[in-house]
Amino acid sequence: MKTLITLRVNGKEHEVNVDPQTPLLYVLRNNLGLNGPKFGCGLSQCGACMVLFDGKANPSCLMAVERAAEMEITTLEGLVDENGNLHKVQQAFIDEQAAQCGYCLNGLVIASVGLLNENPNPSNEDIQAGLYRNICRCGVHARVIRAVKKASSV
Amino acid sequence: MATNFIGTPENRVDGRDKVTGNAKYTAEFHKEGLLHGVVVSSAIAKGRIKNIDTAAALQLNGVVEVFTHENTPSLAWLDLSYKDMDSPPGDPFRPLHSDKIQFNMQPVALVVAETLELAKYASTLIEVEYEVEKHRTSLADNLDDSIKGKGIRAGFTPPKSIGNFKEAYESAGVKLEVEYFHGAEHHNPMEMHASIVFYEEDGNLTIYDKTQGVLNSRHYVSMVFGVSKKKIRVLSPFVGGAFGSALRPQYQLFMATLAALQLKRSVKVELTRPQMFSFGHRPITIQKLKFGASPEGKIEAISHQAYSETSTFEKYLENIVNWAGKLYDCENVEQIYELVRLDVYTPLDMRAPGGATGIYALESAIDELSYKLNIDPLELRLKNYTEEDKGESKPFSSRTLRECFKQGAERFGWKNRNPEPRSMQEGHQLTGWGMSAGVWDAMQMPARAKAEFKADGTLTVGSATADIGTGTYTIMTQIAAETLGLPLEKVSAKLGDSKLPFAFIEGGSSTAASVGSAVEKVCKKIAKKLLKEAGKMEDSPFKGAGLEDVIFADEKISDKNDPSVNVHFSEIMRARDLQEIKKKYFLLPNMLKQNKYSRATHSAVFAEVKVDEDLGTIKVTRIVSAIDGGRILNPKTAHSQILGGVVWGISMALHEDTFMDHNFGRFITHDLASYHVSVNADMPDIDILFVEEPDTVVSSLGAKGVGEIGLLGVAAAINNAVYHATGKRIRSLPIRLDNAMKERTIKN
Repeated sequence: MKTLITLRVNGKEHEVNVDPQTPLLYVLRNNLGLNGPKFGCGLSQCGACMVLFDGKANPSCLMAVERAAEMEITTLEGLVDENGNLHKVQQAFIDEQAAQCGYCLNGLVIASVGLLNENPNPSNEDIQAGLYRNICRCGVHARVIRAVKKASSV
Repeated sequence: MATNFIGTPENRVDGRDKVTGNAKYTAEFHKEGLLHGVVVSSAIAKGRIKNIDTAAALQLNGVVEVFTHENTPSLAWLDLSYKDMDSPPGDPFRPLHSDKIQFNMQPVALVVAETLELAKYASTLIEVEYEVEKHRTSLADNLDDSIKGKGIRAGFTPPKSIGNFKEAYESAGVKLEVEYFHGAEHHNPMEMHASIVFYEEDGNLTIYDKTQGVLNSRHYVSMVFGVSKKKIRVLSPFVGGAFGSALRPQYQLFMATLAALQLKRSVKVELTRPQMFSFGHRPITIQKLKFGASPEGKIEAISHQAYSETSTFEKYLENIVNWAGKLYDCENVEQIYELVRLDVYTPLDMRAPGGATGIYALESAIDELSYKLNIDPLELRLKNYTEEDKGESKPFSSRTLRECFKQGAERFGWKNRNPEPRSMQEGHQLTGWGMSAGVWDAMQMPARAKAEFKADGTLTVGSATADIGTGTYTIMTQIAAETLGLPLEKVSAKLGDSKLPFAFIEGGSSTAASVGSAVEKVCKKIAKKLLKEAGKMEDSPFKGAGLEDVIFADEKISDKNDPSVNVHFSEIMRARDLQEIKKKYFLLPNMLKQNKYSRATHSAVFAEVKVDEDLGTIKVTRIVSAIDGGRILNPKTAHSQILGGVVWGISMALHEDTFMDHNFGRFITHDLASYHVSVNADMPDIDILFVEEPDTVVSSLGAKGVGEIGLLGVAAAINNAVYHATGKRIRSLPIRLDNAMKERTIKN
């Protein structure tokens, strides 16, 4: 049954009329038109769909939208400031060429921001451990680690 | 000069779009009224559909149609019509063509509904009754029923034998005979395969397809459905990884087009992650190798024989056993390639198809030989280093492999290696060092490019190629900017659109050498025209000047000998009253020149592993990869290509394996939890170095292509390092924990 749910996404409130069991990812993409979070498996196995929940990174493809109603959600789009300036993690990913095909990148950027929220000065091992939920098939891992290191020093 | 960009580490031009979510991948395009199609996959590997009941699904409000073999209209009836640029010999698979089941998870129905949720639910209501036939899916059990690996296919070179292997082997002082095996692998790009067919009001089709070649998709749709190419536009601006999986049009393209044409509506079909295991894989091979050598370490005879899988309907061919003569100075080489027809889908090119697996076995066996001869593995390779391609009897167009060995070994510290297995032990941890050579073909394909220079100083270059993450957009921009002397911001590159000029499918590491060269040449034509117009200006110093007399840089034409004599492009355009200059170029490889040489990229890979002997865990801790890839156009994007290749090599050595349950003839590895790939925690220190030598035979730019060479030799180097660590020779991939564990006798 469709229900009105209020979501707080990227600093703005949105009212959506959806089945409360709809995965949050579908609502973000289809109802709010956000293209950042990606569908990679639908099973919380690959991390492509990650968003920040109150600053913590988690997959959104299996989470029922009703559970997200109480939280502050940030997507890739929300990391860019109102003047179009990129978040330091986004900029570091560009500078360190931590992008190839770019499909997993949403998850990697979001997870890196989440990691830095908790640990502003992570070691390489912390980064490797912190990104344990993200699969990248192009093999950019080493450059991602460098990018997160770089962002942490900005 | 501020506008020199070739060879500089520029950031990728699509970087911002990719980190902000602006880049749109195939399934992300939308229009009101778009229908969703969900594919139903067969539950058996071989047999016939006795009955397919779609009534329950069709009863649902919002389900528009269910397509099966029973209601699919008759389409092109020649097998030829189903062929694409990457087809192997044989009869291509025809989706929904008949009641015949040829492989497990064959698509048997497409459910089309107003919403994805409804289509998914309705697809569970389709009841299929099968008449099951006995299938065969095991390569090992059917080696006695093989056929010759012969035929014509783009990129395939039939393996040749030279000299007299048998005689040389019989008389050799030292002999080695070994057998290697590896399992099946699936590409699993992070973006799933999807196609959207927008049915336009005039009946034209605008298709978004995940593909490595928009023209290949357009050709397929046109031939199969009998629609004029003029009425079809295929777009693929961003591809979320492919690694070969999108070289051939996959069945979701057929499905979406069929539904759109029949319903006269727009339809999207995206495969599920499990369905990503339903088409095309790196084929399982069993490889038998024999070496004969003198006690001093001169290799006198090599035999490399491979048995590989193919489907019952196509003869999939790849270059597995073509490499020994390119790496070793041996006069007697036997190379045999056999295929076994199984009830599986046709295997599919997967990053360095054939080479990745052939080099794994060859270079692991060479390591075995080095121990048999008691010679350092690097020394054995140098002792048998060949200055020409022995198999083809041709010189190499360029080759820095010897220098790769040298520089790689220095960076790695190879000279400090104690060759004795198990000699580097700290407690439970065994450390091993191994190495391998790698080789891959360097190809140039025909390619067209167009360029438009405008009075506002901007340039657009275009070609119907693809950027699957490799950096095609970026190098096209760099090449164009440098050739014409423009800042990068004033150049935009267009690709992934069938309206653009011809490019071959983006495969075989050929795009930089092919499309890159076409872009260079078309920009030269613009430069020539600009110079000619400059010469027509009043009191022009460039009257009658040729391109060799001037420099194009910083948006100006300057006299080569006196740069103070110059004219800005904007002045030329204004003075000559030009709004734009448009040019096209068709690059046709000079086969007469190229065929005189063997053209290849090379690698020297050094690996360190640490093995916990009690737990069997294997961790790759260090890789040094020295690459001969010709001239490097962009060190950043090229480094990333090699990095990705190395990660794939680690993944191939230790993780990747699609498991076939032969009882059902079905791959039961179906998701990213059970299909293991290398992840962040697996990453070692990866040190990549390029030993550059511009190769102007392969391309005027000097580039040889780097998309695949990074993978070649990595699995063998790791395998050899595991032997050095443990003293156990493992001859199958992936290397499993139990293979590396200490053998123990359990006492009661």
